[in-house]
Amino acid sequence: MIGDSLAQVGACGLFLLGILAAIPKSLRHIKETIRQIWFVGAMSLVIIMTCGLFVGMVLGLQLYYVLSIFGGTAALGTVVSLALYRELGPVVTALLFAGRAGTSITAEIGLMRATDQLAAMEMMAVDPMAYVAAPRFLAGIVAMPLLACVFNALGIFGAHLVGVTWLGLDNGTFWSNMTSSVDVWKDVVNGVWKSCAFGAVVALIAVFQGYTTPPTSEGVAYATTRTVVFSSIVVLALDFVMTAFLM
Amino acid sequence: MSQTRQAVAGSALVEVRGLSTTLNGKIIFDGIDLDIPRGKISAIMGPSGTGKTTLLRHITGQLMPDKGEIRVDGRNVPKLSRNELFDLREKIGFLFQNSALLTDFSVFENVAFPLRQHLKLPEELVRNIVLTKLQAVGLRGAAELMPSELSGGMARRVALARAIVRDPMLILYDEPFVGLDPIALNQVLRLIRVLNDTLGITSILVAHEFSAIRRVADNVHLIAAGKIAAHGSPEELANDDSPWTKQFFGGESDGPVPFHYPARDYAVDLGFPAAAT
Repeated sequence: MIGDSLAQVGACGLFLLGILAAIPKSLRHIKETIRQIWFVGAMSLVIIMTCGLFVGMVLGLQLYYVLSIFGGTAALGTVVSLALYRELGPVVTALLFAGRAGTSITAEIGLMRATDQLAAMEMMAVDPMAYVAAPRFLAGIVAMPLLACVFNALGIFGAHLVGVTWLGLDNGTFWSNMTSSVDVWKDVVNGVWKSCAFGAVVALIAVFQGYTTPPTSEGVAYATTRTVVFSSIVVLALDFVMTAFLM
Repeated sequence: MSQTRQAVAGSALVEVRGLSTTLNGKIIFDGIDLDIPRGKISAIMGPSGTGKTTLLRHITGQLMPDKGEIRVDGRNVPKLSRNELFDLREKIGFLFQNSALLTDFSVFENVAFPLRQHLKLPEELVRNIVLTKLQAVGLRGAAELMPSELSGGMARRVALARAIVRDPMLILYDEPFVGLDPIALNQVLRLIRVLNDTLGITSILVAHEFSAIRRVADNVHLIAAGKIAAHGSPEELANDDSPWTKQFFGGESDGPVPFHYPARDYAVDLGFPAAAT
């Protein structure tokens, strides 16, 4: 069991090296990379925006209640934005990204394998690592930080909606406390780094699972499940490690 | 004998020597030798599971053998690097058993795919080449359809158009006649013959339909039990009276090829006492 898991991790590591080696060749297929960014990025916008809005609204409600105990509701904007930029934005977006884009990448590549499309590319002297795997991996790295930014923006909008519009917090206090307390480099950019790393990890797991799935319907089903489970675990573990280093 | 052998080997585009393969513990090839002559249509036949498709995968370097040499146009496939293999594959067309069309692309884009990936041709020329190939398989009118809108036979013809779009030196057809109606079958047979004769292409067909093979192939190799059981022209094999050829071409259940997969005693499996022997 442990041996199998270690073998999987090793195979995934070798697969990552294969993708990195194929990236220069994949630049010839730049249109495919852009198509994948559209597919995993733009097509995930609805779920990211909706979830971002509700997460922000919940944060606004909960934090307003907690802060009001100490008479510190003026700090609502600061606390919400720091929570979103530093943690919730990158992590929740990555978990949603794994569920929305990761599973579709795994299922798509798994079906391509099951229907010999990858073998057909090999036979046409087109390297599937450069044409299929690398563009999806790059798309994950590019799309994730953009999606996390959208998530953060909608989250702050949601918190503003609850805190200012509904609960009567002063609009100027909300924004001025936020802008004075949030540091672009320490808070926003660190969140972007995290998003890039999570995007790479989720995309790698999704592509690897699809690429190595047994060519059966059951195999594809298990592979999509593994994508979500492994991505979630690795994202949360990596979040702790990155937070420790970026503090 | 050796002079004849050398003469054959010299004119062969594909030379297989001492090929041995074991898959999942089962011996597929047991040291077979095989020559595919240039410019000819060679058929590989044999009972299901004897490794006909595996042989094609060896020739194209998709699967490496345990032992043996596979030379295609003088290059030993198992020894080629990935880049060298891709160079070789650019000169090979392969028709997959299940067509293997790219499901995100239209029929036109599927056929254009190898051209777009390897050649920087003007769009007008790509369009003309693709439409010419689609016309040859009778599907020019289906250029804008998606693979999901095609029948099995149509998908096979699109895959054939894609396999020939770069006028390769060697085409491998894996079960090309499955799912074709009699009209399409005639057209595909004619197309395979015309491609061979006009462009000097070498073709390897894996198929079970001896009536179709008889009309198009120049020579036939019958594989059974990991060996080449017989080879010669279709007429020679049709008149051959070895037990392999008689059973296979006669479609008889009794002979050296067992119809049943190895199993326990039937009565025991059904829960009856084993019959006394």
